[in-house]
Amino acid sequence: MSAEKNRTSLLIKGGHLIDPAARIDAPMDILLKDGRVVEVAAPNQIKGGADEKFDARGLIVAPGFIDLHVHLREPGQAHKETIATGTAAAAAGGFTSVCTMPNTAPVVDSVEWVEWLRQPERGAVVNVFAIAAATRSSKGASLTDFRALQSAGAIAVTDDGKPILDDNIMREALALGGELNFPVVQHAEDTHMTEHCSMHAGARSFRLGLRGMTAAAEASIVERDVQLAMHIPNARLHVAHLSTADALKSVRRGKRAKARVTFEVTPHHFTLSDEDMRDYDSNYKMNPPLRSKSDLEAMLAALADGTVDAIATDHAPHAAHEKQMEFERAAFGITGLETALALAITKLHRDHRIPLSRIVELFTAGPARCFDLRGRGSLVRGSLVRGSAADISVFDAKKKWTFDAAKSRSKSRNTPFDGWQLTGKVVATIVGGKVVYTG
Amino acid sequence: MNPERGSLLGIEHLEAAEIMKLLKFAGRMNPDKPRPLLKGRRVLLLFYEASTRTRSSFEIAAKSLGAHTVLITATGSSIEKGESLLDTGYTVRALGADIIVIRHPSAGAPYTMAQHIDVPVINAGDGLHEHPSQALLDAYTILRHKKTFKGLQVAIVGDIFHSRVARSACHLLSKFGVKIILCGPPELAPEIATTLAPGVRVTRHIEDALRGTDVIMLLRVQTERLSGLKIDLPEYIARYQMTPARLKMAKKDAMVMHPGPIIRGLELTSEVADGVQARILEEVRNGVPTRMAILARAIGATGKMR
Repeated sequence: MSAEKNRTSLLIKGGHLIDPAARIDAPMDILLKDGRVVEVAAPNQIKGGADEKFDARGLIVAPGFIDLHVHLREPGQAHKETIATGTAAAAAGGFTSVCTMPNTAPVVDSVEWVEWLRQPERGAVVNVFAIAAATRSSKGASLTDFRALQSAGAIAVTDDGKPILDDNIMREALALGGELNFPVVQHAEDTHMTEHCSMHAGARSFRLGLRGMTAAAEASIVERDVQLAMHIPNARLHVAHLSTADALKSVRRGKRAKARVTFEVTPHHFTLSDEDMRDYDSNYKMNPPLRSKSDLEAMLAALADGTVDAIATDHAPHAAHEKQMEFERAAFGITGLETALALAITKLHRDHRIPLSRIVELFTAGPARCFDLRGRGSLVRGSLVRGSAADISVFDAKKKWTFDAAKSRSKSRNTPFDGWQLTGKVVATIVGGKVVYTG
Repeated sequence: MNPERGSLLGIEHLEAAEIMKLLKFAGRMNPDKPRPLLKGRRVLLLFYEASTRTRSSFEIAAKSLGAHTVLITATGSSIEKGESLLDTGYTVRALGADIIVIRHPSAGAPYTMAQHIDVPVINAGDGLHEHPSQALLDAYTILRHKKTFKGLQVAIVGDIFHSRVARSACHLLSKFGVKIILCGPPELAPEIATTLAPGVRVTRHIEDALRGTDVIMLLRVQTERLSGLKIDLPEYIARYQMTPARLKMAKKDAMVMHPGPIIRGLELTSEVADGVQARILEEVRNGVPTRMAILARAIGATGKMR
């Protein structure tokens, strides 16, 4: 956790509040004090002064964005990113809370490392929630101590990057997670089917001579996991970065059966398909890979119809030398924190007419539903009800701008969106009542 | 950075006219009485993967034109010590390379090299992607016997999925309107291959592939690239091996081609390999003038190339 409490008060005035969880989509003023929301009221109705004022005229004010899936690369991979640089990028993207993945060096599979991530010395400028490893060293053989990790503040478990393939281990994880009300996050990929693969299997991979990951490699694991979740009491399954139409069918079935199944979709999977990939440009290489056009259409439909729970970036920074090499050898992953909102507004709202309120939901109330982000008795996040955390994102939904990767706050530059003209820009990010970013 | 002019990274993005120019230029190359078009130039041969034909063919071609050649292989060089592809590229650039010829197990490696290094890059085979000099020498060989591509039917039989030769051949032949039939089991000749270029179809039946065919290109089953895929070799032999009896199904004057290395008793019998219709060694011979043309074009020393 970051953001020491702020004793001063801040009045956000003249903005248009979109708070889907509270069913608010109207002009509202908001008063923050002591790290909490004190009052939300119609324009000019908040009486009494505030130490500081923020003029939000013409801007959208929303609960602080929550990213369920980022790689902050600490401990051990500070040449790619640090908690300080990664959370600075998060703040620039309007995120006030990020959930960091445990596939670091070493793997975050112990109470000690979970606590280490939360220490103030890490220099986080937004809230950092730890997702701990589901199995020891993420080797898939034996479960970690879920109970202890949860008490230490971890909000979920996963072996991200290394899927849990063993049926029994996955069953055990979901069962224990069910007892503790602890979500198990799965990177769904049958790695027996994806050996030596570097992009999606299709016409493009055949043409480029690259071995392709089939949609079935994702869908088969999602189907198995959903089946398990449907039959294990209270199990909470969260499917990370879902990317195929087939896997979506399994999730829809699970949701219809009232299983506790949630999932996220990344901005790149609703923006690009394998056809958009520039020849052998490793900034288009990530896992899961950019899928077919029909998969992309399926993601857009599920984002529009309310099925998708959250947009998550899978922000995966890598140093230049880990990317500038043979495509097949280059590291998987792209950065995403600073472009997520703008891609959502540009692609989903401007191009596909998805209402802004739905987009805000996908960044706020949606992800807040997936994991329990209250942590140890702390505050409500994902909605700006009275008493909730004073975490706020302020953005201009109409502003056009060009993303310049060279100016990124992340340590890394591996993004396919460099030079893209986008609509929708973060103007201010407030964490615990304190402005941590203005743009 | 755009690849240097004169680079040859693949057939896919070459125009038919450019291919024709190259083939005509190759026709004027005489390995026995060469002109010193590359006199004093340095040709760096970077071979990250085993090769007999392609490597020696490029080397002979370069030397015939008067170039100095330096061969760097993955074993016994800094590549073995972990030097990156681009660092090796910068190094050979600093050594004064005028042309880089690269063979690499990763698709797109020549492309990556050409994007960062301002020296013409010749792709001598990259992973499963392309093998443009092979496609050009095969086209050259076909034209020696068939005069024109017009109306031709070419059957490519065998492991198409793992074959950069097949991909380059499909691109090249398709640009000249050749009917291309790919033949093999689904694992080796997947349906998706028809999306490669216009005029490509897939069949599982060897008779279907051979009927009315002018050129038969045989491919080796690349057991080293199967990546866990299991191929039943006896079954493969029973259904797809080129035998004298099967050869009779094709046109009387059909040519039998193979990029090598051939495995006798697997994709073809010795009778076919050594038979009168086989053009396999002629392909090897034609590789030299074709690669002379490719190298001369790389530095713009095309003389009166029209």
